[in-house]
Amino acid sequence: MINAFTVVLLGFLIICAICTCFSKNFLTSVIIFMSYSVIMSILWMVLESPDLAITEAAVGAGVTSVLFFVTLKKIHAMNDQKNEDNIAPLDEKEKDRSADM
Amino acid sequence: MSKIRSDYEKTLWRKIVRFVNGEKDFFDEQSGFDVESEELESRKHNNFFEETEWKKKKVQITELIEERSEETDRRAIKLYEKFYRLFAVITCVAIIAILLATVTNLPDYGDASNPANNEVSKKYIEDGIKDTGAVNIVAGMILDYRAFDTLGESHVLFIAAVCVMILLKIDPDSEKGKRFINLENDRAYEPKNDPILAWATRILVPLIITFGIYIIVNGHLSPGGGFSGGAIIGAGLILYLNAFGFKKTERFFTQKTFSVVSVSALLFYSVSKTYAFFTGANGLHSFISKGTPGDILSSGLILPLNICVGAVVACTMYSFYGMFRKGGL
Repeated sequence: MINAFTVVLLGFLIICAICTCFSKNFLTSVIIFMSYSVIMSILWMVLESPDLAITEAAVGAGVTSVLFFVTLKKIHAMNDQKNEDNIAPLDEKEKDRSADM
Repeated sequence: MSKIRSDYEKTLWRKIVRFVNGEKDFFDEQSGFDVESEELESRKHNNFFEETEWKKKKVQITELIEERSEETDRRAIKLYEKFYRLFAVITCVAIIAILLATVTNLPDYGDASNPANNEVSKKYIEDGIKDTGAVNIVAGMILDYRAFDTLGESHVLFIAAVCVMILLKIDPDSEKGKRFINLENDRAYEPKNDPILAWATRILVPLIITFGIYIIVNGHLSPGGGFSGGAIIGAGLILYLNAFGFKKTERFFTQKTFSVVSVSALLFYSVSKTYAFFTGANGLHSFISKGTPGDILSSGLILPLNICVGAVVACTMYSFYGMFRKGGL
């Protein structure tokens, strides 16, 4: 049952799991976690349980990650230096604008 | 006389009487007694004291009591922190020990006498189509043989959605809600007017929702079923909401839609399957004919139950997202 394809997938799975824990940026962690779910759903397919594969792809890679993104946005953890003023709260933006004028 | 009186004041009966009359807390003996006995003493010996003096003394005593209670509070908090850490460690170790003990008692992996290899799975695989009429054996198991398991699962999802509502829903009529609704609401960024997102959504969302409906309706024929199809529909709704904003989704999905759809689906499920708790998980003979296996309209109650589960899951997924985004639907 274990062929080269499965071994490669399992290796990716372990790398993804470790990277999710050790990446410094929350956004990167969530995206790596999404790829973890995609690999997991292919693995379910290999294990001949398509029911679980569909559910894993929809819930693990779709809905859960979207909920993570919303949470990160709410706690303002998605700010990076480049486009900070795009994500900053509205009143601060207006303050900046008035300062510029 | 005075001696009897002071004794009388300290008796249990007098305490209860005063507690019943609402004069003072039954368990708050010391602090309450100090004030009143001091007052009584001073009243007895210094009848000529003026009202102002009285008040001053009272204020002093209450301050003293407050100080003392603050100190005891601090001491209690310190003690609590110590015990909190101790109990946290003890609880963690106990849970780890219980789980490890359970794992050691599990049957060996791949053993021939495992529960997974006994006669139950053989019966499910051999008689599944005849008993349930579902070509997809998994659907036959989770919605016919073990329908009460799925009943509990869908109720757990509904309870999770309700708990998220309790935690995150903002009441726009209350004082706090008025303050928060502008802070939490990111509708100011909407509509996004992002042409790539809008066009991708226009093409993808009908396909996604049709695919979800296909998976739910064919749950007893092909892989999938209520949960996965409902999750796909929920994801499609979330994508639509992201592209076009709450104003468009509120035309067809509000708080009322959520409660009506979820509650009626769960009610239908409960009415049709709760009897399994009384028959010991045995199915009753259904008057709905099983039909020919392989047809869409076959396998009795499995198709309507799949649709119910799908509706509950889709509503739950969408309401999670709505609650996280703006604290409401």
